[in-house]
Amino acid sequence: MTRDESGTKITRVPESGANKIAGHVREPGARPEGNSAEMMSEWSGIMVFAEFHHAASPTDSGGGEFDPVTFELIGKAREMADKSDQEVVCVVLGSGVTGAAADLLHYPVDRVLVYDRHELRHYVAGVYAAFFQDAVLTEKPSIILMGATPVGRSLAPRIAVRFRTGLTADCTVLDIRPNGDLVQTRPAFGGNIMATILTKNARPQMATVRYKVMPWAERLDGRPGKKPGVLVEREMSQPDAVKSLARNLKSVAVRSEVLVPKADSISEAKVIVAVGRGVKSNSDLEMFEALAERLGGMLGGSRPLVEKGWIPVSRQIGQSGRTVRPDVYIALGISGAIQHVAGISGGTIIAVNSDKVAPIFEFANYGVVGDIYSVVPALLKVL
Amino acid sequence: MNIVVLMKQVPGTSSVGVDPTRGTLRREGVPAQTNPYDLHALEAALALKEQVGGTVTVVSMGPPQAEAVIREAYWMGADHGILLTDRVFAGADTLATAFTLSQALKTLEFDLIIAGMQSTDGDTAQVGPGVAEFLDIPHVSYVREIKGVAGPEVGAGTYPLPEGAARLTVTADLGDTLLIQDVCLPALITVTKDLNQPRLPSFKLRKAVADKPVSVMRAEDLPASPKPYYGLAGSATRVEKIFPPERTVVREIWEGEPDELASRLAVLLREVVGK
Ligand SMILES: Cc1cc2nc3c(=O)[nH]c(=O)nc-3n(C[C@H](O)[C@H](O)[C@H](O)COP(=O)(O)OP(=O)(O)OC[C@H]3O[C@@H](n4cnc5c(N)ncnc54)[C@H](O)[C@@H]3O)c2cc1C
Ligand SMILES: Nc1ncnc2c1ncn2[C@@H]1O[C@H](COP(=O)(O)O)[C@@H](O)[C@H]1O
Repeated sequence: MTRDESGTKITRVPESGANKIAGHVREPGARPEGNSAEMMSEWSGIMVFAEFHHAASPTDSGGGEFDPVTFELIGKAREMADKSDQEVVCVVLGSGVTGAAADLLHYPVDRVLVYDRHELRHYVAGVYAAFFQDAVLTEKPSIILMGATPVGRSLAPRIAVRFRTGLTADCTVLDIRPNGDLVQTRPAFGGNIMATILTKNARPQMATVRYKVMPWAERLDGRPGKKPGVLVEREMSQPDAVKSLARNLKSVAVRSEVLVPKADSISEAKVIVAVGRGVKSNSDLEMFEALAERLGGMLGGSRPLVEKGWIPVSRQIGQSGRTVRPDVYIALGISGAIQHVAGISGGTIIAVNSDKVAPIFEFANYGVVGDIYSVVPALLKVL
Repeated sequence: MNIVVLMKQVPGTSSVGVDPTRGTLRREGVPAQTNPYDLHALEAALALKEQVGGTVTVVSMGPPQAEAVIREAYWMGADHGILLTDRVFAGADTLATAFTLSQALKTLEFDLIIAGMQSTDGDTAQVGPGVAEFLDIPHVSYVREIKGVAGPEVGAGTYPLPEGAARLTVTADLGDTLLIQDVCLPALITVTKDLNQPRLPSFKLRKAVADKPVSVMRAEDLPASPKPYYGLAGSATRVEKIFPPERTVVREIWEGEPDELASRLAVLLREVVGK
């Protein structure tokens, strides 16, 4: 039936049939109901993908840093692991990363697995997936947490499909049940509702989390009363992963990787002055910029101003922009649409809006009913 | 080059509300549209076809009215359209969606699959890479530039590719870096809005394709036909409950003259900023 004028019909990719994973034959479809209780109980521990960004130099100098979300994931993993008596295992993939991996032992982890290979110098989905598959097959974790970063969002679904398991994107709340089920809460339908999602019948249970949603793990020198964490330098050992790597090395070749000049990240700002459609013209932004500067903060905005090109995309706050957790968030002329407030995950929230019934007032800690064009100039005079 | 574009129909506005008493979605009367990211995917396919020849086939999974997505794609210049529609596909999570789409793709001949970077309703960015995994082909997410097809030989690449392999040279946007890479075909890419500006539907085409058929595929047309593989039954995740988002309780609402409001604000800001 898919035959058409051009004769498009032939099957090109061979049917791979049932997938054999961890000694268990899985059907080609998802069908996680097929997993037995014994099989499920083989999976334990919480795995955190510690995403490493190599310094963009042509040599394998080992420079670079972990994506900051890593430390938030470790904090959450530890909390859930303690609740359920499980271990926290970090996986580090990269080239020249053993030193950096060892540094993770200052955080409350039980083990850090590092695959230090030159093939991991750049992020190539299939190559990273092969190494990560090796780690998952070796460890059989019950839960895998990854950052909702460009790399995490590319890698996680490959792993989830490889293991025919559930993956929940952009979780804002995570918790664990006594039976080990991961309770994942995320905004759905543009943030209009929250959904609680479970992966009851498949393991590992996978979730991605955005930066600035969970609290940062404390840097410690050992956990009081606990065994210190250990670093495990690993080579690939699982035959399926080895095969997958061999194939993937022949499918993508990296030419170059260039650093994008760091736009000062709004995610890091302690004070954010955010402006919305209450702003009438581009030139008025100067006044709000001045307020942000006076407070040592950054100017951000709602989507309409980004669409007008008045505010750079990297400064858009909300569900389809950045998530922020500043100490103080000042919303000026923003109505408080759910997609906007979905991006604000903490701090003191102050809103100035002339419409007394604007939804932002249900969200703000301090709601100021007034015209931004009179309140802000007056404020600049007295600050 | 035979290109398949994955396109999805999504709710058109943010007006999907929650019934506060029942905690269920109010979706009646919400207009639907094509996922805006997928128009960039289609544009990329059409531009490639213009460059090197071939066909552009659109594949969409959804209810019968999702045919509108394929119609729109025809107006922009797509050659073929397949709508995957069947009751058993309903309730699919990203795993089951990727599986269903990959099953349809196994019945087609393709060199390249292009998906949007994410959908505005699911908003997961998972379906594209998931499809690639089910098909066991490479993928590159967040492509912001297509630099060439079967481009010049790789010089300083990390690892050599098979000689003469058909390939695409792309730039992926990884946030803090841009990764320029060659990927062997068949492959899947997902594209960002930076890649191009989607063309407008052509009035001429609109008339010409008015009767152009849309192929419909159901579960029994797919290579793996057992129904438990699809939809809710084939999904690994379950939505346990949905609820309206919590809002911070209002603490204080201030009204008054601008000067008075400004001085109160100044006091507050001195207290909360720079601690
Ligand atoms: C899938 C999806 C994703 C989205 N993602 C995002 C996102 O990431 N970020 C985002 O911001 N939006 C997002 N949106 C858009 C969102 O739904 C709203 O449309 C948007 O946030 C509204 O922006 P606004 O508050 O600036 O404008 P409006 O809603 O128009 O509000 C303007 C406000 O300014 C007030 N005002 C006007 N003049 C003055 C004045 N002189 N003084 C004081 N107050 C004044 C008005 O009373 C009004 O409340 C998304 C939408 C969808 C569907
Ligand atoms: N039901 C569907 N039909 C066709 N393509 C889809 C479907 N769902 C997702 N996609 C594709 O996958 C991309 C990412 O979607 P998502 O994972 O929902 O964010 C979209 O931009 C589409 O290209």
